[in-house]
Amino acid sequence: MALTEKDVERLAVLARINLTAEEKETFARQMSSILDSAAVLDELSTDGIEPLIYVLSQHNVMRDDKVRPSLTNDEALANAPLKEDAMFKVPRLI
Amino acid sequence: MNLYQLTVYKAAEMLARREITAQEVLESISRRIDLVENKIKAFITLTLDQAEKKAGDLDGRNEITGLAGIPCGVQDNLCTRGVTTTCASKMLEGFIPPYDATAVGRLKAAGAVMVGKLNMDEFGIGGSTEKSGFHSTNNPWDPTRVAGGSSGGAAAAVAAGEVYYALASDTGGSLRQSAAYCGVVGMRPTYGRVSRYGLVAVASSMDQVGLVARNVTDCALVLNVICGYDDLDSNSLEAEVPDYRNYLGHSLKGMRIGFPREYLQNDVDGPVREAVKKALLKYEELGAVVEETSLPHSKYALPVFRLLASAEASSNLARFDGVRYGHRDEEAGDIAEMMSSSRGRGLGPEVKRNILLGTYVLSKEHYDAYYLRAMKVRRLIKEDFDRAFEKYDLLVAPTTVAVAFSHGERNEDLSGMLTVPASLAGIPAMSIPGGMVDGLPVGLQLMGPALAEGTLLRAAYAFEQATDYHLRTPVLEV
Amino acid sequence: MTGKYEAVIGLEVHVELKTNAKAFCGCELSFGALPNSHVCPGCLGMPGAIPVLNRELVEYAIKTGLALNCQIAGYCRFDRKNYFYPDLPTNYQISQLDLPIASAGYLEIENEGVKKKIGINRVHMEEDAGKLVHQGSIMTTPYSLVDLNRAGTPLLEIVSEPDIRSPREASMYMEKLRSILLFLGVSDCKMEEGSLRCDANISVRPRGRERLGTRTEIKNLNSFRSLERAVEYEIKRQIEVLEDGGELVQETRTWDEDRQVTLSMRSKEEAEDYRYFPDPDLPPVIIDREWIERVRETLPELPDQARERLITEHNLSSYDANLLTMSKEVLDFFDACVAEYNEPKLIANWVMGELSRLLNQNNMEIKDCRITPSSLADMLKLLEQGTISGKIAKVVFEEMFNTGDAPEKIVKDRGLIQISDESAIKAIVDEVIAGNPKVVEDFKNGKGKALGFLVGQVMKASKGKANPEVVNRLLKEELSRP
Repeated sequence: MALTEKDVERLAVLARINLTAEEKETFARQMSSILDSAAVLDELSTDGIEPLIYVLSQHNVMRDDKVRPSLTNDEALANAPLKEDAMFKVPRLI
Repeated sequence: MNLYQLTVYKAAEMLARREITAQEVLESISRRIDLVENKIKAFITLTLDQAEKKAGDLDGRNEITGLAGIPCGVQDNLCTRGVTTTCASKMLEGFIPPYDATAVGRLKAAGAVMVGKLNMDEFGIGGSTEKSGFHSTNNPWDPTRVAGGSSGGAAAAVAAGEVYYALASDTGGSLRQSAAYCGVVGMRPTYGRVSRYGLVAVASSMDQVGLVARNVTDCALVLNVICGYDDLDSNSLEAEVPDYRNYLGHSLKGMRIGFPREYLQNDVDGPVREAVKKALLKYEELGAVVEETSLPHSKYALPVFRLLASAEASSNLARFDGVRYGHRDEEAGDIAEMMSSSRGRGLGPEVKRNILLGTYVLSKEHYDAYYLRAMKVRRLIKEDFDRAFEKYDLLVAPTTVAVAFSHGERNEDLSGMLTVPASLAGIPAMSIPGGMVDGLPVGLQLMGPALAEGTLLRAAYAFEQATDYHLRTPVLEV
Repeated sequence: MTGKYEAVIGLEVHVELKTNAKAFCGCELSFGALPNSHVCPGCLGMPGAIPVLNRELVEYAIKTGLALNCQIAGYCRFDRKNYFYPDLPTNYQISQLDLPIASAGYLEIENEGVKKKIGINRVHMEEDAGKLVHQGSIMTTPYSLVDLNRAGTPLLEIVSEPDIRSPREASMYMEKLRSILLFLGVSDCKMEEGSLRCDANISVRPRGRERLGTRTEIKNLNSFRSLERAVEYEIKRQIEVLEDGGELVQETRTWDEDRQVTLSMRSKEEAEDYRYFPDPDLPPVIIDREWIERVRETLPELPDQARERLITEHNLSSYDANLLTMSKEVLDFFDACVAEYNEPKLIANWVMGELSRLLNQNNMEIKDCRITPSSLADMLKLLEQGTISGKIAKVVFEEMFNTGDAPEKIVKDRGLIQISDESAIKAIVDEVIAGNPKVVEDFKNGKGKALGFLVGQVMKASKGKANPEVVNRLLKEELSRP
């Protein structure tokens, strides 16, 4: 499975990561090789095998509909790179 | 003997009897850190001031029990209220969580004295701690070699006597592999046995909080404190927590031990194989029934792990976007650009590659071929273990294919090969000092069925008492 | 309007549930609180926080599924929907992809007397995002502010089958869905406040053709009116494009309320890939028969059942019954009033007539209204006893609405008691007859209308207090005298 730099670029847009030209090249190569090594899985016939999503058999883990204390606004914003009017400030959307 | 060299149980005994004070213990640790830290570089953040205050408080109390007054370290991917938690990533530089991880909170409540946050591969992605966003950690047995990873800081600090034990995490083998390279005990409990709340998630279905300690008894003492149900973690197990000390000191007569042949094949270095075979003989001597067995799907574990772990990581690490906390690039034109540029610069290459791989694996076109298939093979791997544990109480194998390698020696890390299967199956596994090769420790891996931490400790303790590997310490003095 | 074309419409509705705490943490739901004050590490997307499912969300979802005649899944699961957006703190939304909690249901609407089932494809549970606050226009603002109080609010997404054929049906579907949700008590369903949101998928095709046309998705429908208008506009737009020989593009469009048009939204990325996968943080939910039956037993009377009851027990028309069951509060008001005064038809008329007129006029809801079921019953009793006339009743009713006073007090304080004393009325009748000889002449020449005028004059002279029956009778008696 050979990934091209274009493929990597497309993934980087989806994953919101800016890459340098060098990174694109390196990652394309490295990722291709990882995917190649995963080809060994094709040896196995997996028809009819249930995917293992949960390693435990736990189910119906639920909390009661009770309110617990929240953080204060100060605590919530303490790590914010930029804030204004008790809110997180971000560049415009489009 | 210096105080920092004591075991946890010895120090606890002396503290309880008031033969020593928490401040004296801390003082000894603090001097040790001064002496060796620039050689080891195990820490990202030191919290000695807070530690001093806590030790003073403890000394003022009427009684000191359990882990109270004993200095420990915490891997930097466990959230600590009021203390920076970076996951060794520039992306989280300066991030101060307003909450404690549950395991950290339990230790604090027990009176543990945290002296600092320990280095790791950035977000736990890597196997050498060379992929830390800040600096590498050196192996105390040979500083030109790696301490393993991603829990290299934790294992090295414990081995170098900078802390008595360390809280660490294990996704694909992180703390077991690091413990093996540094010649200490590493315990990854059953998935769900220790709450994951506050552990920065990378691969949620495999991440597990565990610990690194200098010996099996210390390990049992810490487990007693950190295990147990937590309603903040949906996967936390409600099963009762036994006193793990009760498993120590029993004969192994009749214990059924299997060694999976796939774990002793050619990928494993000869000397490591020999050391493990010797260990198996020791188990026979101790009265256990040792037999060869097979986990036929073992060779698929590494690719399965990579696909699943990268997929989960791509989603879990999406939150680091520069909006609410962490690194943020100078305001770019729009929000997408701000996020992309912050992530592009704040995250290291391994992490970025992993996220991109996971993004690929989960994309609509490739989901079935990679992600779904990997989840199916994961079941086959788990079923291998289920079958083995019908016959055996536990499985013994090497932890790693080789001893610690030199800095810069490996990029593509295969060392997780023997540790990822247990991670995929969610079972408890530990690494204990199992031999020495050319002056470097060899890790012996014990794996048991779910919730069989006690059985692992019992077997580990018997081996430890019959050997002296755990008593050997690296020479670091100038 | 559509002529040779047929519209095919499906609605995706998001409902905010009114639980106490959020879907996956213990933070309180809030509306209008200080920004970022109902948040915890989970709501802030801080690392290490883990979602724990609120049981009430599942209960509400089962309830809703049952009320919409759905199959409830025996096994359901949460998935992550991955996309980056600054109001989404983890940059993924916890939702359900292929194992939703309920599916294959329907609800029934009645359009001009014809009943029609609209299929419900699925109902699934998910969490809401936070809010973005823009300084000025979204197009020109240099920056946005993020408030995460709403992040993690439990939502149900209810997706209809493309069974809807007209704008009218679309809004009837929404009205019916809303009334069901209100009866269940699972949501406030306020479209203006965003607790009920709707996207419409619309396509058109030549009548008789099976294959669906290219569809567009319309967002930003904040009221029943905008839903109906947007659907209508979009159908027309699509037909025009086709008639002009053009081709439709599958796209997302937004309803511009000011200009009353749908506009193409800039496509973010070519075909967003949400990379859904099962959320490993959340164990699956297994719903057995027992659980379903337990929830079924707690189901309140639903609009369709109430409607049937009004028709069979109270002999109301289906039109009246429909109107009275649009909202739970209205029905409760009606039922309480009937319990005190067993004249359902009369009460229905007052509730849908005067009461609803005054509520609309004052932009109020029935629960904020000062008239209680008892006070309405009391007033109707005064009317029955002849203490007040029908005309005066309206005056009294409006006074009750404005002041909240008891009808007896209003009648007494303002001297509105009806005059039934025949001699008093006779005097006025005589006066009116004497004063309007021309009209009296007309009446005698067979002009029926003339009587009405004379009655009006008598009523006017008595300031509306004369008993109309008596007035009528006396007038006729007097006029028929030779």
